[in-house]
Amino acid sequence: MKVVYEKSRGLTDVPMHYCPGCTHGVIHKLVAESLVELDVLGRTVAVAPVGCAVFAYDYFNCDAQEAAHGRAPAVATGIKRVHPDNIVFTYQGDGDLASIGMAEIVHAAMRGENITVVFVNNAIYGMTGGQMAPTTLVGQPTTTSPLGRTRLGQGAPLRVCEMLATIEATAYIARVSVHNIPRLNAAKRALKKAFQMQIENKGFSLVEVLSSCPTNWGLSPVDALHWVEQNMLPAYPLGVYKDLEGGT
Amino acid sequence: MKGNEAIAAAAINAGCRYFFGYPITPQNEIPEYMSRELPKVGGTYVQAESEVAAINMVYGAAGAGARVLTSSSSPGISLMQEGISYIAGAELPCVLVNIMRAGPGLGGVQPAQADYFQATKGGGHGDYHVLVLAPANLQEAVDLTQLAFDLADKYRNPVMVLADGMIGQLMEPVELFPYHPAAGLPPKDWATTGTIHSGGRQRVINSLYLYPDQLENHVRALFRKYAEMERTEVRYELYNCDEADVVIVAYGTTSRIARSAIEKCHRLGLRVGLLRPITLYPFPLAAFDRVVERTKAFLVVEMSMGQMLDDVKIAVAGRRPISFYGRTGGIVPTSEEIVKQVQELSGGGGA
Repeated sequence: MKVVYEKSRGLTDVPMHYCPGCTHGVIHKLVAESLVELDVLGRTVAVAPVGCAVFAYDYFNCDAQEAAHGRAPAVATGIKRVHPDNIVFTYQGDGDLASIGMAEIVHAAMRGENITVVFVNNAIYGMTGGQMAPTTLVGQPTTTSPLGRTRLGQGAPLRVCEMLATIEATAYIARVSVHNIPRLNAAKRALKKAFQMQIENKGFSLVEVLSSCPTNWGLSPVDALHWVEQNMLPAYPLGVYKDLEGGT
Repeated sequence: MKGNEAIAAAAINAGCRYFFGYPITPQNEIPEYMSRELPKVGGTYVQAESEVAAINMVYGAAGAGARVLTSSSSPGISLMQEGISYIAGAELPCVLVNIMRAGPGLGGVQPAQADYFQATKGGGHGDYHVLVLAPANLQEAVDLTQLAFDLADKYRNPVMVLADGMIGQLMEPVELFPYHPAAGLPPKDWATTGTIHSGGRQRVINSLYLYPDQLENHVRALFRKYAEMERTEVRYELYNCDEADVVIVAYGTTSRIARSAIEKCHRLGLRVGLLRPITLYPFPLAAFDRVVERTKAFLVVEMSMGQMLDDVKIAVAGRRPISFYGRTGGIVPTSEEIVKQVQELSGGGGA
């Protein structure tokens, strides 16, 4: 029989703990497939965040370090500086990267640290139960902005790609989404490109993936994907914000 | 050589090739030395964006199997406590240097010993200890810094060299002897170097244990390690204690001043000795048993409001009276002040 589809060997057999309809699982798959296809899985070290993906080290079939909340880019810096031949990536959510870890991500980018960052933005704190994130949309209700986030006082969405693209030493910055199959395929191409940049020692690469959180948004999985398209895309335009090689 | 430079040179001599840090007075000669000298030996210096980032870079580098150092001073060490807790929890070896200054808060930049509690009792959240070495002169600072790397590797635990601004800025001759790592250090077969280097076996550096029974087992294992440190790593010096009526207990800078106070007391006919803890954790409890019979009283001298004092009370266990003399805020006590304390203890004056 011909094999037309199989689970990536970049993932372990551990059952994932993610909620039904959450897109972390498919993002894990895209990352794992990219590492296998680029033939670097065996020399990859993942850095797991604090957040929904805290158990990422159980799912990626490579060496891993678990970082403190927000500190993944600093931990990745330590690993990469010791073993420049390792492929080192962080996998971080919006609270981890864009709130408590803002200094670490900005300065890793500023140093042109030769690491890859997978930034999963679902506009909410998932693991702690649906609190407001720096990427929560204006008007979006959360458990800590029950009347909807206000532009003044609580703030408007922080656009990480746009901000990091202003930093000189970054190599590749892109925002993708996984709310439908064509977007998912484009997300995979962006992830491979980001890892390729690291393999070629081009410097800091980051892919922001717009993700859904049916549980904390209070939507069905399908409705949550529609919500990404209708509400997140206008606030977070997809695209390549920085590419040293000039392509898109 | 300045104390700070001596510590940095000793680290490189001990095979440290990675330094992550953030500037803060009075320890800046350490990062400056490392930024200048590490590249010459194929090492890497990174100036982090904060002490928070620096200690997490240390975590990553230690988890990757490197001998790694960071240094800071009191407020910066406070910022590192989160990371030190993670490093202890994940059982990673690294060396930390705290060149203490006066606090609390921004405090001042003059020398102090007010981080004793923070250094010896854990410092961050959770049940753990950092092994703490307190040099009193620059040769000892060199020797203990080199030892710190061996002890860190032996126990897979952070080791802190705890000194103060006085020792950091002091100039004394030191000798860097050829260094050989201690025999029998365990292989770093847990380091994340990629599964191609481990026969395909995944290695994970982590301190997360969501099941309470697993976490309790983990913490109990850490404490078996600390018990082993308490059995085998205690270091201290007894000076002039054989005939002493009063034994001064002091470490680091204050022990140097106590030593000259003891000479002055001797000329006054007062018999005074010094018990100098070198490891602050594990604290040399047994050293007190060796001197308590012959001693009438203990005098604890610190550049703090009395922190090591608590451990001395535990060690003496009510068998003798304990007095305390402390200066703080960045003030270093003089030998005359200590002599006066001894005189008061001895019933007012010399023979």
